[in-house]
Amino acid sequence: MAAKDIYYVPEGSKWPIFGSFALFVLFIGGALLFNGNANANVVLYIGIALVAYMFVGWFNDVIGESRSGKYNGQVDVSFRMGMGWFIFSEVMFFAAFFGALYYARMYSIPWLGGLGSGTATHEFLWSAFEAAWPLSVTPDPTNYDQPSDVVPAFGVPAINTLILLTSGVTVTFAHWALKNNKRTSLNLWLAATVILGFVFVFFQAEEYIHAYNDLNLKLSSGIYGSTFYMLTGFHGFHVTMGAIMLLVILLRTIKGHFSKKDHFAFEAVAWYWHFVDVVWLGLFIFVYWI
Amino acid sequence: MSTVAHEHDHHHAPTGLKRWIFSTNHKDIGTLYLIFSLMMFFIGGAMAMIIRAELFQPGLQFVDPQFYNSMVTVHALIMIFGAVMPAGVGLANWMIPLMIGAPDMALPRMNNMSFWILPFGFALLISTLFMNGGGPAGGWTMYPPLVLQLGDAFPFLIFTVHILGVSSIMGAINIIATVFNMRAPGMTLMKMPLFVWTWVITAFLLIASLPVLAGAVTMLLTDKYFGTSFFNAAGGGDPVLFQHIFWFFGHPEVYILALPAFGIVSTIIPTFARKPLFGYASMVYATASIAILSFFVWAHHMFTVGMPIKGELFFMYATMLIAVPTGVKVFNWMATMWRGAMTFEAPMLFSIAFVILFTIGGFSGLMLGITPVDFQYHDTYFVVAHFHYVLLTGAVFSLMAAAYYWLPKWTGYMYDEKLAKIHFWLSTIAANVLFFPQHFLGLAGMPRRIPDYNIVFADFNMISSIGGFAYGISQLLFVYIVIKCALGGKKAKAQAWEGAKGLEWTVPSPAPFHTFETPPKLTKSMLEN
Repeated sequence: MAAKDIYYVPEGSKWPIFGSFALFVLFIGGALLFNGNANANVVLYIGIALVAYMFVGWFNDVIGESRSGKYNGQVDVSFRMGMGWFIFSEVMFFAAFFGALYYARMYSIPWLGGLGSGTATHEFLWSAFEAAWPLSVTPDPTNYDQPSDVVPAFGVPAINTLILLTSGVTVTFAHWALKNNKRTSLNLWLAATVILGFVFVFFQAEEYIHAYNDLNLKLSSGIYGSTFYMLTGFHGFHVTMGAIMLLVILLRTIKGHFSKKDHFAFEAVAWYWHFVDVVWLGLFIFVYWI
Repeated sequence: MSTVAHEHDHHHAPTGLKRWIFSTNHKDIGTLYLIFSLMMFFIGGAMAMIIRAELFQPGLQFVDPQFYNSMVTVHALIMIFGAVMPAGVGLANWMIPLMIGAPDMALPRMNNMSFWILPFGFALLISTLFMNGGGPAGGWTMYPPLVLQLGDAFPFLIFTVHILGVSSIMGAINIIATVFNMRAPGMTLMKMPLFVWTWVITAFLLIASLPVLAGAVTMLLTDKYFGTSFFNAAGGGDPVLFQHIFWFFGHPEVYILALPAFGIVSTIIPTFARKPLFGYASMVYATASIAILSFFVWAHHMFTVGMPIKGELFFMYATMLIAVPTGVKVFNWMATMWRGAMTFEAPMLFSIAFVILFTIGGFSGLMLGITPVDFQYHDTYFVVAHFHYVLLTGAVFSLMAAAYYWLPKWTGYMYDEKLAKIHFWLSTIAANVLFFPQHFLGLAGMPRRIPDYNIVFADFNMISSIGGFAYGISQLLFVYIVIKCALGGKKAKAQAWEGAKGLEWTVPSPAPFHTFETPPKLTKSMLEN
């Protein structure tokens, strides 16, 4: 019976408990930071370094096992299911924030404006408030940064939509190249995808700076600013992670990793990339456009 | 076959501390989960003892109200996330690969990380009790704006929820990959033991609901530290929004605790009734229906918060609907026992008690689900009685049943049946003395989460506290029985129970370190449910 017929169950590994400890340090650092502890930054940076080290070490082991042929088709299916359902859990994370956005637009703002059963709320709390979206004047106008304007959909966001959609195409071209064993073409298309990813993040950062400084649109601008920055912010974080993952895959293809049949890591990252793409379309439509 | 033996050479069992902390073995990780959950059961239980001591008589006697509220909050968080959920995952770890003929969980290293996050997570949570401003005291539901008034403990509470969520999501992904990818040839989906079915459905609930909770607590964090106004009406948000998002997670969470219990009971009752499970397919469909419906009933936790009448009615009817598949289950368990050749070993006793007492909890749940009467019951001890019937005499009783049922397979020895029966009767009587009077307290209007009460509630509270102490002390007997069983006793056969079906009884007791490294050849009789 060949090794390929036996499901690969790895030997004991230090990474899981190391990773748990790393997360522990990271979260303590974060919590201390919020509590205004003087040494919080040190703890936080150590935590980030430990988490990064865990990722590098763990993936190093997995890549080594994969390249030495320990994984059979059944292991491959486990990885596929793992990645697929991980992405689904990410979708549900974004769903919470989209839910908050829809609730604010459909219920809380109209009610505060006096609609339906909100008549008394409106009358007794902030009777001068007028329901509107985008919300630039909050129910209680004091203590909130009132934005002078919001980011229009058909400016930088439209360009960013184009960039992300294009990157979805380039990563598919890279995949075709890999499947046809055209390695130069693979490296070029993948490099193009990485570049498009980082360009997107750059534009997003520029947009934030403009919104923050010129439009006075902040996290503390009421529910519009809250949903705007939290949704686009978490998305931008995911794009950054995805671009870093693509970069790692690019370095591996340059080193000659992956074959036309065996390249799940590439596909997993490509799936992730399409996921951030689809989330962006939701953002573009519901946060920027309508 | 010699090559097979060679392949297995490097699969020798590691020893010492490394065996446990670096483990990739589903049985060892399952054991870690189970021991951890038992420890948490006692830590959370000690908090319950403080609560019952304070409520023994009216007036304030032992703890100050702030600390009392911390106990209520942390007791809930520990019992839900630290005791019942990890016990369920521990059972899944131990039993699913054995039941479906798999060599291990699909992703063994991730499995170990899911476990090791837990001790660190609860270190974060329990440390909050010693912080400036005290531990979380606003209830486990963390409603704003109250929870935002928490002191230094606040970010630790939020990050505890995040880190435990990471653990559960990884565990759930692992279970899904194991069940859909690792079954032995011939083990089709509709041949799987019901425990496997209930767990895989639970895993979907976990993956779909926990990220939503992570989102909700992230919004709490930014509301407190970054000036966002998700839950602040002054900025256009709404504190009620948190309740919607929280219970979108919270209601499926209830079934995350209950569905594995259904699976356990559906495994044990056929064994001791010596009859196949009645209506296997309907059990699978009922479980799936309950899971799907659980995403459409969340607002029955917040009927009194001020929702449009259409919302109240929708959520009331959707809630009523859940009684249908649940009823299917209860009747199937009864039909399985009907005219069976029954014996009453400890696992069976706990399972029968589960069916009766969980049904009582289910009926009080129906009462709470009726909007107009919920206006009276809301936030009273009736609610406390209801969810302790479904979670303690429900989920925890099923876990006790599971522990007795599979202890012979885990340790290789039979547990002390006589002591186990004593444990059962003490637990069952004490739990009812503890929680049944709380129905009356609630109907008479005693509010939850208050350390003091009107003198008219004194008698029932004293009875309830006596039941509480009795229940707490009887659980020490359980620990003694488990330790005794681990150390020795009557040798268990591979088939420890005469009427037991399933692959786990085809391997020796105790189960060897590695099982089913090559898929077993399944015969027709092995696949009977």
